[in-house]
Amino acid sequence: MEMFKVLIVILLSSVLVDNYVLSRFLGICPFLGVSKKLNQAIGMGVAVTVVMLIATAATWPIQYFVLDVLKLGYLQNIVFILIIAALVQMLELLLKRFSPALYKGLGVYLPLITTNCAVLGVTINNIIDGYSFVESMVSSLGCGLGFLLAMVLFSGLRSRINESNVPAPFKGLAVTLIAASFVSLAFMGFGGIVENMFA
Amino acid sequence: MNKNSTFFVLVNGIIKENPVLVLVLGTCPTLATTNTVNGAFGMGIAALAVLLCSNVFISLLRKIIPETMRIPSYIVIIAGFVTIVKLLVQAFLPNLYATLGVYLDLITVNCIILGRAEMFANKNPVLKSALDGLGMGLGFTVALCAMAVIREVFGAASFAGVPISFMENFKIEFLTKAPGGLLVYGLLIALVYVLTKGKAPAKTSFSCAGCPNASHCHVETCSEKGAEE
Repeated sequence: MEMFKVLIVILLSSVLVDNYVLSRFLGICPFLGVSKKLNQAIGMGVAVTVVMLIATAATWPIQYFVLDVLKLGYLQNIVFILIIAALVQMLELLLKRFSPALYKGLGVYLPLITTNCAVLGVTINNIIDGYSFVESMVSSLGCGLGFLLAMVLFSGLRSRINESNVPAPFKGLAVTLIAASFVSLAFMGFGGIVENMFA
Repeated sequence: MNKNSTFFVLVNGIIKENPVLVLVLGTCPTLATTNTVNGAFGMGIAALAVLLCSNVFISLLRKIIPETMRIPSYIVIIAGFVTIVKLLVQAFLPNLYATLGVYLDLITVNCIILGRAEMFANKNPVLKSALDGLGMGLGFTVALCAMAVIREVFGAASFAGVPISFMENFKIEFLTKAPGGLLVYGLLIALVYVLTKGKAPAKTSFSCAGCPNASHCHVETCSEKGAEE
């Protein structure tokens, strides 16, 4: 039961409180670049979640059973980014070969994910926070879902901005960033909720 | 000014193609580390060091690295330099290391660095690439510091950790938090638009030209955006 509580806290805090996009600023580029339309936002969000889960499943054992054993901790950065790049490439090939429909929905976003700092961020943060394998997977799931949630909420907001009359200097990116600031402000309201949930 | 002069390459990165305010690259560290001036300056210099080294190295190897393997090769080179910088910071500046945390690792995926490798260093000789790296790095540092000064002075009533007493009662604490970063960034980009009379952002806005993945990216948004501008 205690274990279950810990997992729930990790999941909710990574979705709502420490949302990767809105409070830790990881993965801002796709957040701003691919959130124009709802279906693209969902595609990108799901693709990021899948890659985060697979990347964590691959990097966690490598950190603890290879790098730590061989005392090569300082190679973490290089090894992780290569693993992520290789995994993303493999996933893209597999999807293209075996499921063209899924490839059309998700695959097109994969090349963008290789250098997405949210994915590398999750894998490194899981190690820094000292999570066990199950905790790491839950935290990755939470971060991915948090990313998806932020993307979906924000694409709704953007379709309204596109219709509105914005002063010239704020057109385009400036108003988008300010709108993102308000979404982020809303998420700040979740602060403290998770810690007190089981009190 | 002569477009090919070495001086032009250096100044280009600082002003005309400022990576943060004009090209809008490397947004993640820009937002995450600018709540204190110290953090922003440290981040800027760390990225500058990596950018300079990787630009020089990639430019040296530009005829050896095969076309199809270039992105992975660049990533490995950049990650190597990031590791060096990270170990140096950890050893000599432990405070900065604690402030920057995971963002120091994330310089690896900073799109400014990969972007400059892809757009500049693999086409230009060593000296020019070094100057480009220096200019872009300084442009990044300047933009980060400008943003950090606004956020720290108005948000925390201090400058580089030194309290400013007369501002004490007028703190806007929200500016040091996450939403404040996005707000200040948005306002600065609008300011750049006003100062350049709309020339700079109209050319690039949130462009794919700077994105290292542009060549093998087939997301609709990118091509749409290209068509719009």
